[in-house]
Amino acid sequence: MTDSPLAQLALDFGLLSLIAVGGGIAVLPEMQRMVVDNHGWMTAATFADLFALAQAAPGPNVLVVSLIGWQVAGLAGAAVATVAMTVPTSVLTYAFARVWERSRDAHWRKAIQRGLAPVTVGLMLAAAYLITRAADETAAAYALTAFTAAVVIATKLHPLWLIALGAVLGLLGIV
Amino acid sequence: MDAPPPPTLRELFGGFFGVGVSGFGGVLPWARRMLVEERRWLGPDEFTDVLSLCQFLPGPNIVNVAVTVGSRFHGVRGALAAVVGLMAAPFAIVVALGALYTTYGHVPAVEATIRGVSATAAGLLVAMALKMARTGLTRWSAVIVAGAAFGGIALARFPLLAVLGVVAPLSVAAIWRSVR
Repeated sequence: MTDSPLAQLALDFGLLSLIAVGGGIAVLPEMQRMVVDNHGWMTAATFADLFALAQAAPGPNVLVVSLIGWQVAGLAGAAVATVAMTVPTSVLTYAFARVWERSRDAHWRKAIQRGLAPVTVGLMLAAAYLITRAADETAAAYALTAFTAAVVIATKLHPLWLIALGAVLGLLGIV
Repeated sequence: MDAPPPPTLRELFGGFFGVGVSGFGGVLPWARRMLVEERRWLGPDEFTDVLSLCQFLPGPNIVNVAVTVGSRFHGVRGALAAVVGLMAAPFAIVVALGALYTTYGHVPAVEATIRGVSATAAGLLVAMALKMARTGLTRWSAVIVAGAAFGGIALARFPLLAVLGVVAPLSVAAIWRSVR
């Protein structure tokens, strides 16, 4: 714990990036625990709002960390959170790329890859569960979440249409 | 078909810039389209190999892809050009959204709209997780591992590091002998 929110953001997201197995979204629950439970920087509902904004915007989903940083400490917070979430792991990737290419057929590589895959699936399911719980307050909202998931799984409809539908239903006060 | 000449720093920046602004709800498919089909900087197998590395290593997958591709052609400078190209525009956009949220987020009509978008965004995430479960959980051991990770994080709310520290080594150990 430090007194400066910027230092805390840098420390938290820097460490988080190094254990973010499965990418940025898989660690959403850990982000929620950090910013909502540990530091009390925002409510779970605000956290879900920020995730929604990041989803509605173009670009990598991990930019939800920029929005969290913004909410905590403005533009500097956004920049610090984004750099902390991307730089440590970029350095690791840079250093590791050649080893990875050389060991294409190595036993350890295949075992680790196949062993980590179901862990990632579990983390994604957890993220989906917790975000749904934080985002949805009414039965209608749960219905919209379920409908969206079903449409995405069953059709090739562009997600922007669904986001637009959600905005309209929200504006009309239906969810 | 001859391989195209290696990209310049400017082209790396431009290619990933296009990926950043076009990807809604996940940018990896757009990255593949740009790298393999449009600009042909990577063959399909090379892309799969790069992606497997980036999914194996921690951190945002697409950022790792930009680092790997950029550094393959131009070292550190290439990695920087690709990552900055990827992130610059989306970062500006989300910060603008954040500023609007701070100012207007408590206007009732805006609040209601975001509530609707939140429910939809959650649905997009549910769909992605279920699709991954459908293709990834084909063995009983995988179902158990995913269930343990889910239970530890979502239900028990254990810290991520604790859950990973237990579940990941067990999962790799369980698969170790069946991998050829």
